[in-house]
Amino acid sequence: MRVFNAVLARDLRVAFRRWSELAHPLIFFSIVVTLFPLALSPEGSQLRDIGTGVLWVATFLSSLLALDGLFRGDADDGSLEQLILSPVPLTIAVLAKVVAHALVTLLPLICLVPFTAYTFNIPSAALPTLVLALLLAAPTLSVLVALGAALTIGLRRGGSIVGLLVLPLTSPLLIFGTRATDLSINGEPTAAPLLLLGALAALAISLGPLAIAAAVKVGLE
Amino acid sequence: MTMKLPRWFHQLGSPPYVYRLADRLCPWLGAIGVILLAVGSVWGLVIAPADYQQDEVYRIIYIHPQTAYIGMMAYVVMAVAAAIGYVWRLKLAHAVAVSAAPIGAWFTFCALFTGAVWGRPTWGTYWQWGDPRIMFEALLLFLFLGYLALRGAFDDRDKADRVTAILAVVGVVNVPIVHYSVEWWNSLHQTSTLLDEGGPAMTTDMLIPFLIMILAFTLTFYWLLLRRLQAEIIEREGDARWIRELVGEGAP
Repeated sequence: MRVFNAVLARDLRVAFRRWSELAHPLIFFSIVVTLFPLALSPEGSQLRDIGTGVLWVATFLSSLLALDGLFRGDADDGSLEQLILSPVPLTIAVLAKVVAHALVTLLPLICLVPFTAYTFNIPSAALPTLVLALLLAAPTLSVLVALGAALTIGLRRGGSIVGLLVLPLTSPLLIFGTRATDLSINGEPTAAPLLLLGALAALAISLGPLAIAAAVKVGLE
Repeated sequence: MTMKLPRWFHQLGSPPYVYRLADRLCPWLGAIGVILLAVGSVWGLVIAPADYQQDEVYRIIYIHPQTAYIGMMAYVVMAVAAAIGYVWRLKLAHAVAVSAAPIGAWFTFCALFTGAVWGRPTWGTYWQWGDPRIMFEALLLFLFLGYLALRGAFDDRDKADRVTAILAVVGVVNVPIVHYSVEWWNSLHQTSTLLDEGGPAMTTDMLIPFLIMILAFTLTFYWLLLRRLQAEIIEREGDARWIRELVGEGAP
């Protein structure tokens, strides 16, 4: 647990020292969200129909932007190798890095979502469910993004390929997340998709770090 | 604690042994596979009776489900081989995984293609975004393509083997999740004809060519897999003496 806290605190400190990079996913998210009404039509009813999907997809795409910060810097300056060599299990350290990534990238995005949802005419009664669904999807998404980053750690330019690896795997999140949001817009019970999102999160948190740690080890050999 | 592995396990780790084994198996797999393909095609496409509902169009059932099944089987073969290769550091198992991936991608693409051809006369559309099985096949194809793309990005083969093995194993954990999550949508797809609760929803004269075609596709898949594996072994072991002897160069 001490290791977990130490790595988490360090990663957060490093992230906040480069705070301008933290803003990139947020700006990207805003741009994507702005492009959709331009490409479709600004009519209120249509915006509400596409709004849920646009917000979810934009969140997923934006989370991919920050993945270079996850392992790249640490791999370049050698601190990741020190973590591998240290006696503490790498899975714990990796989990801490994933949590840090979720806190600095996904949490601000999720804070931004309710405001954007309001501009898409999504009824405010549905906003708590939307945010809750995003919060439940965030751990799984972070684990998948981190896995993509770890798999491409040994590549000079891995960024372009990560989307190919990660995005197909996010489809269950997208289905359950948008389902929960749509159900709550229609005033129907949303427990089932939310519970499934929670189950996926539990699965991702327990198994994900093992795969990520294995990929980091292979990538840095 | 030392674990005692059976002898065949060690033999299956030896490239020359597996290469020769493949040489012995390939004619049988290939010949029987092709003969069954021919028999099944003629039986299914000409002799079997027309469907009372879909008329002649239904005959693509002798091709389409088989391609989809081979695509999924190829993914499982790839993931199992990759996992074995990762755990025991067996280069040959990695070679099997690499050989299975392009075949699987191709059959998955064929499943999508034949499905589109079938969908046009029966559903009135080539492509339907709302159909779970189309979406599942498309996602499966993306998983194959992602695997191949990641593999192609590495220069170092050994590293590529082990990194893509992790991806394949993660993928195989995710495949059922993706499958059941897309099932959430209302399906346009007809339910599985073979694996119905009340037994196969087919008459015997349609069922026999259907099963023949499944067997034929399976044998053909393993034939292709072994041939690709042989090519992969030659590529990986190109300098070994037994390969020089094989191609008649003689040892230097």
